[in-house]
Amino acid sequence: MSFISRGFRGKRRDTASSSRLPPGQYVVNDFPVLSAGPTPRVSLSEWTFVVEGEIDEPKKWTWDEFRKLPAEEVTKDIHCVTKWTKLDTLWKGVSVDTILDGVETAAEFVMAFSYGGYTTNLPLEDLTGGKAWVAYEFDGQPLHPEHGGPARLLVPHLYFWKSAKWVRGLRLVKEDQPGFWESNGYNMYGDPWREQRYWGD
Amino acid sequence: MARTAVLGRLEWQLGSVAELVQETPRVASLLLDMPEWPGHLAGQHVDVRLTADDGYQAERSYSIASAPEDRRLAITVERLDDGEVSPYLVGEVRKGDKVELRGPIGGYFVWRGGDNRPLLLVAGGSGVVPLMAMIRHRSAIKSTTPTRLLYSSRSEEDIIYRAELEALSTAGDGLTVAHGLTRKQPPGWRGYARRIDRPMLEEVAWPKEQNPIFFVCGPTPLVEAVAGHLVDMGFEAPSIKTERFGPTGG
Amino acid sequence: MTVQQSDLKLDGNAIGGLLREIFTMEMTTAESTCAGCHKVHAVGQVEVYMNAPGVVVRCPACGQVQMRIVKGGGRYWLDLSGIHSLEFST
Repeated sequence: MSFISRGFRGKRRDTASSSRLPPGQYVVNDFPVLSAGPTPRVSLSEWTFVVEGEIDEPKKWTWDEFRKLPAEEVTKDIHCVTKWTKLDTLWKGVSVDTILDGVETAAEFVMAFSYGGYTTNLPLEDLTGGKAWVAYEFDGQPLHPEHGGPARLLVPHLYFWKSAKWVRGLRLVKEDQPGFWESNGYNMYGDPWREQRYWGD
Repeated sequence: MARTAVLGRLEWQLGSVAELVQETPRVASLLLDMPEWPGHLAGQHVDVRLTADDGYQAERSYSIASAPEDRRLAITVERLDDGEVSPYLVGEVRKGDKVELRGPIGGYFVWRGGDNRPLLLVAGGSGVVPLMAMIRHRSAIKSTTPTRLLYSSRSEEDIIYRAELEALSTAGDGLTVAHGLTRKQPPGWRGYARRIDRPMLEEVAWPKEQNPIFFVCGPTPLVEAVAGHLVDMGFEAPSIKTERFGPTGG
Repeated sequence: MTVQQSDLKLDGNAIGGLLREIFTMEMTTAESTCAGCHKVHAVGQVEVYMNAPGVVVRCPACGQVQMRIVKGGGRYWLDLSGIHSLEFST
């Protein structure tokens, strides 16, 4: 039995069981910044977003073009594998369904890739059907670089490492290949409701 | 030359808070009785682990402030208002409480004493803590190694160990201390009144011919700026040891 | 409070304890040769990002990932593929 530090509570953590909290998570009120490296600084004039891979014609948008795509505001709960959950987060972005509109592909998987080199893999079906966005506003403000701005992937039904910050494209692929964290211990899929944090979970 | 040693497992151990010393309005030292302490070197740190009654744990690293010769193990902690561990250590902890920690850790940012290379110690804020362990060790072994501490703080009330540094630097054994206050200076202040920059380092650094070594500790931007200046001034990179503190040490 | 990116970058000293869990040696004095740029740095000097689902260690010269360390679910995963070689003396 571990030693208990008298009087220690840590930051206020709500672990009350609620249908909104996946197993092992606790609710936070701030928005922790997690980072695997220096924040990429991407100017909007150089920013592009691409869809490539198993696709007849790769698609590409500049920032101006991307901002002209129909966008929506969504409010979602987000769950980080480091155990914090943030409820009712407000985002604005372009649905991945819109981005992939008209795309025909035999691919069943996607590798999302980012400025700075980060990658993460997902099944195509988890990015479509109203489940994912490329978001450029958080809480009514332009997305801050620390949180992935100019734009990040947003896939709230999976652990938040799948919501790649500084996203710059989606590569459609036939086989599921592990991305940055998936190749070093983290689960290929990452469903917080089945607590799929690590390999073999 | 890399010196390593096979050390065996690093176990968590319980220390007992024997004394609390308020160093500045936001900084306090905890003096701990550690029954299983294996000893340490000046510059090393410990990892402190706190456990709440629901099992939640938080861990942070703190530099050891005490000399290897001291009977009790001391850590000096700055309370960060939005921190998780520091407000517990500085504010909640009482004499007699137990604290779980492991250590000593570190072999790179360490001063053993023993050679006579002049030392320049550069501290930003709570970065002074491991350097103070070095200064206390130097005093305990009665070393006369020429040593200068350049210590940058925000204002006068933020200077940690001020009285002790004053006493040690007037003992006539080759230690001098230069203070810089970056935000607010009292009337009649004769120390530096700006952030550490290259001209300041030119004034305090030992000449190359004396083969000095440097220990730089504090927030990342300060450490990187100072190390960069020292390299530009022609000092060899292996003679410049750095340790970056982050706000995650909260 | 806006966290400055520079505040999140530490150095190898910050993972001294974690490395002691994995290696029997004190590792911050070990010298690592980057697999990317081949520059050599003491582990105490490498860039460390700890605010992540795991620890990411990067070469201070070229920024390439040298190590990734994940600890969880009763296991460690250690990727050293960004290090060409690690030298330590006996």
